[in-house]
Amino acid sequence: MNKMPKWADAVLIPLISILLAFFFSGLVIWAIGKDPVVAIKTMVQGAFGSTSGISYTLYYATNFIFTGLAVAVAYHARLFNIGGEGQAMLGGLGVTLVCLAIPWPHWTLALPAAMIGGALFGAGWAFIPAWLQAKRGSHIVITTIMFNYIGAALLGYLLTKVLKVKGSMLTESARFPEGAHLPNFSEIFAPIGINFSPNAPANMAFFVALLCTFAFWILIWKTRLGYEIRAYGQSETAAKYAGIAPARIVIIAMLISGALAGLMAINNVMGEAERLIDNAVEGAGFIGIAVALMGRNHPIGILLASILFGFLYQGGAELSFWESIPRELVVVIQALVIMFTGALDNMVRMPLEKLFVALNRKKEA
Amino acid sequence: MDYLTIIQILDSSVRLATPLLLTCLAGLFSERAGVVDIGLEGKLLAAAFLSGAVAAVTGSIWVGLLAGVAGSLAFSMLHGLASITFKGDQLISGVALNFLAAGLTVVIGQSWFKLGGRTPSLSGDGRFEPWNLPFSDALAKIPVIGPAYDELISGHTALTYVALAAVPLSWWVLYRSRFGLRLRAVGENPGAVDTAGISVVRLRYMALVIAGVLCGLAGTYLASLAAGFVKDMSAGRGYIALAALIFAKWRPWYALSATLLFGLLEAIGNRYQSIALGDFTIPVQFMQALPYILTVIILAGFVGKAIPPRAGGQPYVKER
Repeated sequence: MNKMPKWADAVLIPLISILLAFFFSGLVIWAIGKDPVVAIKTMVQGAFGSTSGISYTLYYATNFIFTGLAVAVAYHARLFNIGGEGQAMLGGLGVTLVCLAIPWPHWTLALPAAMIGGALFGAGWAFIPAWLQAKRGSHIVITTIMFNYIGAALLGYLLTKVLKVKGSMLTESARFPEGAHLPNFSEIFAPIGINFSPNAPANMAFFVALLCTFAFWILIWKTRLGYEIRAYGQSETAAKYAGIAPARIVIIAMLISGALAGLMAINNVMGEAERLIDNAVEGAGFIGIAVALMGRNHPIGILLASILFGFLYQGGAELSFWESIPRELVVVIQALVIMFTGALDNMVRMPLEKLFVALNRKKEA
Repeated sequence: MDYLTIIQILDSSVRLATPLLLTCLAGLFSERAGVVDIGLEGKLLAAAFLSGAVAAVTGSIWVGLLAGVAGSLAFSMLHGLASITFKGDQLISGVALNFLAAGLTVVIGQSWFKLGGRTPSLSGDGRFEPWNLPFSDALAKIPVIGPAYDELISGHTALTYVALAAVPLSWWVLYRSRFGLRLRAVGENPGAVDTAGISVVRLRYMALVIAGVLCGLAGTYLASLAAGFVKDMSAGRGYIALAALIFAKWRPWYALSATLLFGLLEAIGNRYQSIALGDFTIPVQFMQALPYILTVIILAGFVGKAIPPRAGGQPYVKER
């Protein structure tokens, strides 16, 4: 029995959930004595009011596309990967090692190499939790969270003891060579007459993220592996009957997930900072969860959700600057979005279903 | 390493194990009733913030304790609303609550105190006083037993003794009371409990109430120990408690030993910031990461098979 039209399931429910999340976020802003309307205006102005703002918004969105896709791949196999944060951190290490390895002559050579480095390290960091889940049944949620902490400790050690430039006070790696510099939006769009602020961070990685979004769609819905991942996610027993090895799917799905999270580093480490700094990921791994849930694990949904969160992130930065509301407000919004689109889905769905059933009856009568 | 050093390390193990034990027991009740609770971390953080904030304003940690428990309960009820009433995904709800606590504590804290998300530091009645058990001063001079009694057994704050008392109490409630029998049944086979005419929803909510209170105590303990709330001060303890719970195979007495082990590890890590092995010095970051690494090792099941409550994580849908 089809209770609801497809469009209501795909668009209406997420939309209502997001509006509820935003309503409660507004309530939080109001409760700490600020004006929600002013806050929204500040955020929109800060995120879309200038080419620099747009560039920052798309830069953050690029991070979230990678981490959102990472969470979504695992989620299709019914695996909850909360380790995107740690995997992106390690991806940063991989990208750094590649970029510092040789004096790269041109970014067209450096980028593919860095992508391999980031993806390998990210996947590597996902491998142990994946293997433990597949072979020993360890709870992947807890192991991936633990690997976030362990990854942070590992990077803290490497940055202070190994990668740090001798004599420098800063806990960061050496600067990447000139040849590893990715063109930013100002350099890409200037020849066709669109002027972006030259210091803003959006760069080539945005287009890599778009390619990944497309590749994700092909992988999940057009390949045999994607079919196996989805089948395993729907029903493990059915998948087993169909001859799909569960351990293999768990490990492969998590490796792809970790690789996508690790790829994020070509944006924040290679594209923006051009060196490895402490806490480079800034919670983007966690935002990936909200993005994937909001986007219903579909590439188009993830793309739109990433841009929305890019707006929230950049707007949130402006908010802390102009209105002295801490940036953690974004974490609150992110939590509410996860809560309403993920866990409280039925709260919106049940009354809507009743409504549509009643409407259908009326039509038939 | 002399005797007194060992006693001191064990003493701080007990101190560090206390919040883990309370949180672990919270998870025990909730998971035994079939509600997976990744949100322990968030409850811990919310309670630590509210108790720290209220204790700083009122000057009394006991008033702070009430606020901490109330905050933790509110989070617990939200988890119930999402995962019991609306039959949502318990993992997602827990994760959302953790983020909510991480964000709200800083946003509200900054708005109230303007200290960058911290609360003013607590002193005097704003913290729990250590309890000196009877004769601890007199017995302290007796060799071997004296220091052990004075340092290790006596001189903790009230909540440590509450946590220790909660272990046999939890055991009794779970295994010797009618409520406990039903609670365990609802985590294994809610259908059977429902057939017997007992409300699954009510039992699961009650388990979450107990979990909320215990996390409230644990969070307040953290705030008192650190003399105030600091951003993200729970530092993964909620997750470590969950790992300890699995290690303890969802049993109260095992929970005590599992959390003491984690406490010991943290105490050693705190005391020996860097251990030199010949030419090689173990880096401080490794010592800090040790509890997390141990958690992974324990979860890897190198300690025997742990079988969770069978209905854990699944919302109960009544047959029609």
